[in-house]
This record gives sequence, structure tokens and C-alpha cells, in this order.
Amino acid sequence: MLGNFSFRVILESLPAFGSGLATTLWLSLIAFAGALAVGIIACALKLQPAKLLQAPAVVFIDAIRATPLLAQLYFLYFGLPRLGIVLPELVVGILALSLNSGAYVAEIIRAGILSIPRGQVEAGISSGMTFGQRMRLVILPQAFKVTIPPLLGQAIVLVKDSALLSLIAVAELTRAGQSLASDRFMPAEAFITTAACYLILYYGLKALAALSARWVGLRPARQDRPA
Amino acid sequence: MMIWQQLQSLVGSYPLALRGLGTTVAVSLIGLLAGSLVGFAMGMLRAGGNRPVRLVIGAWVDLIRGTPFLVQIFLIFFILPEAGIELEAFTAGVIALSNLAACFICEIVAGGIGAVPKGQVEAALASGLSRWQRMRHVVLPQAMRIILPPLVGQYVLLIKDSSVVSAIGLTDLTRVGWLVVQRVPNGLLVFGIIGLGYFIVCYPLLAIARRIERRMGAAHAEVQL
Repeated sequence: MLGNFSFRVILESLPAFGSGLATTLWLSLIAFAGALAVGIIACALKLQPAKLLQAPAVVFIDAIRATPLLAQLYFLYFGLPRLGIVLPELVVGILALSLNSGAYVAEIIRAGILSIPRGQVEAGISSGMTFGQRMRLVILPQAFKVTIPPLLGQAIVLVKDSALLSLIAVAELTRAGQSLASDRFMPAEAFITTAACYLILYYGLKALAALSARWVGLRPARQDRPA
Repeated sequence: MMIWQQLQSLVGSYPLALRGLGTTVAVSLIGLLAGSLVGFAMGMLRAGGNRPVRLVIGAWVDLIRGTPFLVQIFLIFFILPEAGIELEAFTAGVIALSNLAACFICEIVAGGIGAVPKGQVEAALASGLSRWQRMRHVVLPQAMRIILPPLVGQYVLLIKDSSVVSAIGLTDLTRVGWLVVQRVPNGLLVFGIIGLGYFIVCYPLLAIARRIERRMGAAHAEVQL
């Protein structure tokens, strides 16, 4: 009953939530690093000129973006053993999150690179720079700044998505909530505490995103006015 | 040979797959429709109107955007019955998805309305249009250009999010895959097909979103010239 909402139970299970929160945090960090790696590779493949190399990147990005993370997670979880690859649930989960977020990261980086005005590229060309030099010296330093706020946005999505790992029995934050709910039949206490823990991470990352947006000198997109 | 047997076994479970597809489509469709209606209303209230209403909507949207959808579904499915409201999994899933949709659409709509130049509203005010007339004839038509591309993209995200309702035992497309893989132990094949099901629904929407964006971008560039 909601009438006897028990704060005592929440206090008692705070250690469990603490370790769940810590697990969610560090597995998200690893997965985000993985997503950056996947995203950079996929984006580089998509932007380089050879059509044959573009195709796998395009297929990968579209396939990820048009299917749910949960189906991708199960695909790896039930599919990898089939290929003789048996990994712990945690590793499968991190892999799925990295691949999933990687596709979105690739699109964010691509948008950042394409946002650099054409004139910059032309100036590079007329200064006799090669493609690699233009990328390294002209485009990437500018694109890097633009991508930071949306990348932090993707990090928020990734942290929330990591809740799905509880469905393949990874002992993260949502799993801590599920355990409390089923062991002591207290779903209200369990899931409200779980939600509160995620909100801590959310507001932390959101503050960081706002800070980075100011550092980059961008107003949040919502306040931008068309010329 | 084994693949052949597995394929036969998969073909045998097509009624289940159809049922799952039906559930996914039903949950998504109701969720998106209800979410769009409520989301547009919330977005208009959030963009204009009085301060307390704006703050309350903003706080609610933040709570929903800051927590995983899975946790929201668990909260609705397990807590509402404790408060005396009996729910089936389907109803709980639809409520959760509609609420999620409303909150994300609210932000998109409020952003679009906020991007309409102030002078437009002032001109409408000076022409003696009422609040609702200003919204309907002046602000919304212009805001729609900004709202539409992210809205279609959001629809794709929400259809994919509907897969999470499988966690409370609703037999949607993802749950069907989970059930079938217990009998046919080939996760690559089973979830490859399930993924294809989602792909067929989502990819055209993604393509449409991309096209609208390009068209709106072109229109925008023209204005800037």
C-alpha cells in the first residue's frame, strides 16, 4: 500500500542501490568510450570517398537506428553463443550499448563535420592542403567543439538505455530495484528509489551539457532563432 | 540441415509473430496518437501561458526525460495496482508510452513555437487576433516547419521504445523473439528476423524524416539568402 510507504526499507537497501549506481556509472563510461570508437570509425568510413567502404558503414548505421536496442541486445545475447563466442552478460551488455550508441555518435560527428562552412574547405584547398591536412588542421578542430553538447546528450541516452541490461541479469541500478521489489514485495519503494538514482545521473550530465554548451559558445538549440 | 529444421520451426510460429507485430503496432499507434495530442497541448502551454503551468510541465518533462523508460513502466505497472487501480499489461504499456511520447513531443513543440520570431506574434496581436487565433493561424503554421523533422525522428524512437513493454510480459514483437528463441536456439536468426520486422516499419519513417529535413533545410537556406 502506498499508505505505508517505508523509508526504513529504502535506508536499509541504500548500499545495494549505491553499488548498482556505481555499476551503472562505470559500465556507461566504458560503453561510451566504446561508442566514441565505433562512431569515429563508422563516420570516417561514411565520409571517405570510396563507395565500397561507405556501404558497410551506411548499412550498420541504418540497421542500428531502425531497430530497438532491446532487440539488438537479445540478438547479441542469444546470438553470440551460436557463433561459439560465450561472454559474460556484462560484456555483452557493454558491447550492445557501444554498438548502439556508436551509430548515433557517428551521425553526430558527421553533422559536426558537415556544419563547417564550405568556404573553410575551399580556403584549405586553395592553400594547397591535402584532404588529410584539411581534415586535421581546419575541419576537425572546429567540428570537435560543435559535437560536444550533442555527444553529452547521447551520453544521457546511453545511461538511461543501460537500464535494459537488467533484463539480461546484469547487476546494475535497475536490477537493484527489481531485486528489492521482488524480495520484499515493495515495488513502490524500489522503483521510486531507482528513478531517483537515475535522476542524480541525469541532472549531473545535464549540468555538464549546459556548461559545455556555454563553453562552446552555443546557446541551446531551442533558443536559437532563424535568421 | 539444422538451419533448415530451424527455419521450418520458425515458419510454424508465424501466428505468434503476427500477434506480436499486431501488439507492437497497436501499442505504438495508440501511444503516438495520444502522445501527440497531449504533447502538442503541453507544448503550447509550456511555450506561452502562465508561469506556474510552465514550471509544472517543465518539471514533469524533466522527470520523465531523466529516467529510463523501463523504470517508468515498472512504476506504472506495479504501483498503480497498489493505489487500487487495476491494470492490464497492455494498458500499463500504452499509458507509459503515451506519457513518454507526450513529454518528448512537448519539448519539440515548445522549441518550435519559441523559434517563431516575436514580431509575428506582435503583428497578430496588433491585428486583434485572439490568443487561440494567434496560435492557430500565425504561430503554429510557422512552427510546424521546425517541429516536423524532429517529430518524425521522435516517432521512430518511440516505436523502438515500445519494445520495452515486453519486460512486463506483453507479447509484442520483441517478446515473440524471446519466446521463440527458447525453442529455436538460434539467436542470430530469430532476432535477425525480429529486427527486420522493426526495420520495415522504422526505416521508411527515418527516410521521410531525412527528406523533410533536407527540404526544410533548403527552404531555410533560401530565406537566409
